[in-house]
Amino acid sequence: MAHVDQQLEIDAPGARELLDRDPNAILVDVRGADEWAGGYIPGATLVPLRELTERIADVVPDKTRPVVLYCAVGARSLRAAHALVELGYERPVSVAGGIVDWLNRGYPSTMERTLEPAQRERYSRHFLIPEVGELGQLKLLDSSILMIGAGGLGSPAALYLAAAGVGRLGIVDDDVVDESNLQRQVLHSTARLGEPKAQSAKRTLEELNPDVDVVTIQERITSENVDAILAEGWDVIVDGADNFPTRYLLNDAAVWHDIPIVHGSIFRFEGQATVFKPHEGPCYRCLFPQPPPPELAPSCAEGGVLGVLPGVIGSLQANEALKLALGIGDSLVGRLMLFDALSASFTEVAIRRDPDCPVCGDNPTITEYIDYVEFCAA
Amino acid sequence: MTTVRIPPTLRPDAEGRREVAAAGTTVGEVLQDVADQFPALRARIFENGNIARFVNVYVGGEDIRTQDGLATPVAGDSTVILLPAMAGGGIAR
Repeated sequence: MAHVDQQLEIDAPGARELLDRDPNAILVDVRGADEWAGGYIPGATLVPLRELTERIADVVPDKTRPVVLYCAVGARSLRAAHALVELGYERPVSVAGGIVDWLNRGYPSTMERTLEPAQRERYSRHFLIPEVGELGQLKLLDSSILMIGAGGLGSPAALYLAAAGVGRLGIVDDDVVDESNLQRQVLHSTARLGEPKAQSAKRTLEELNPDVDVVTIQERITSENVDAILAEGWDVIVDGADNFPTRYLLNDAAVWHDIPIVHGSIFRFEGQATVFKPHEGPCYRCLFPQPPPPELAPSCAEGGVLGVLPGVIGSLQANEALKLALGIGDSLVGRLMLFDALSASFTEVAIRRDPDCPVCGDNPTITEYIDYVEFCAA
Repeated sequence: MTTVRIPPTLRPDAEGRREVAAAGTTVGEVLQDVADQFPALRARIFENGNIARFVNVYVGGEDIRTQDGLATPVAGDSTVILLPAMAGGGIAR
């Protein structure tokens, strides 16, 4: 072996110096094409790790040239460096810390935008996670999430999404802050009694994070305004409505606008959460083709709710919304998560797309908005 | 005995019980036993001899609509979950 492990790694300043000094040095990005698309180091050639052994000879025919390899944080590129040694390359090195460390040092990349020093500090705990990193943070800052309701579920969800640096948050709520809300709706405060919830939410969220553009929509969602509201370029909808007509209306609209809904609902000690991603998984109508009869459909105002319960479910919704915005992890598509606060237990059930669903099925029978109040009263 | 989980909105018809033990080898038999124990529940969960459309029933984490409906077999130690939609969230009515 010509090399020991230590000699296969180089830090970002060392790599930068080597590339500047040695015109023969060649820079290879071993990440996937999707990661590459988010930005790369200028002058690099993309050779994903799993294609490395078959393609490297085309990219670097001369095995004596220095090959500087990088990935997100340096794990895959170190494996790549070992593979090149096996293939007889004389001078492969892996950039320790990868492109994440490179960007954190403010070195050049093809990304159009970089973060300001205060943002680097604010989101530093995200940068440390390889699945998020600076590229992920930029994705979040570019994302738009629509919150239906700034109440029990919307409060924790919006707080965490704003803190995480989601660039644009829409808040749809036509209600005003009432004393009975403050037991759980942590966006608002005693001083804001009587203030429109959308306004109160905007003040709280912009104080938390000035990076976030909070768009207030002080309206009740109806068949008349839903198309205009959803047409504003939202990546994800977080549904925290508390009545069935709104939930069915929102479902139909989201299927037709092709926007995923992160669903949450709560009652007393129990909550449910899932993700409805149009055409990839079930929609709300696949799960619940019909709402309960009105006497079995009390709202929290009628039936009560433990104050912390929306904190649990709304936080789960924020988690799912962030994953969708980042494009990471396994989402709750096709899985309904049930939480019971009294027994402190989670249960998961499978939910499937119904090919006969009247809205998202193979032969839809509902193709325009219906009278949702009448549908839910039937 | 099979454990049947009763959702909050149906508990008033089941003497406030969160769970009910019931006997049977299929979902239909188990739910009949539940209805025998709590007659007020019968009118809620059955509709023309079938399960009311607003109630989802899960056995082993799977919806019985995607299995054999009321004929879906139930193992002795399994849990049957009755689950209607819940509205609750944030916008006050």
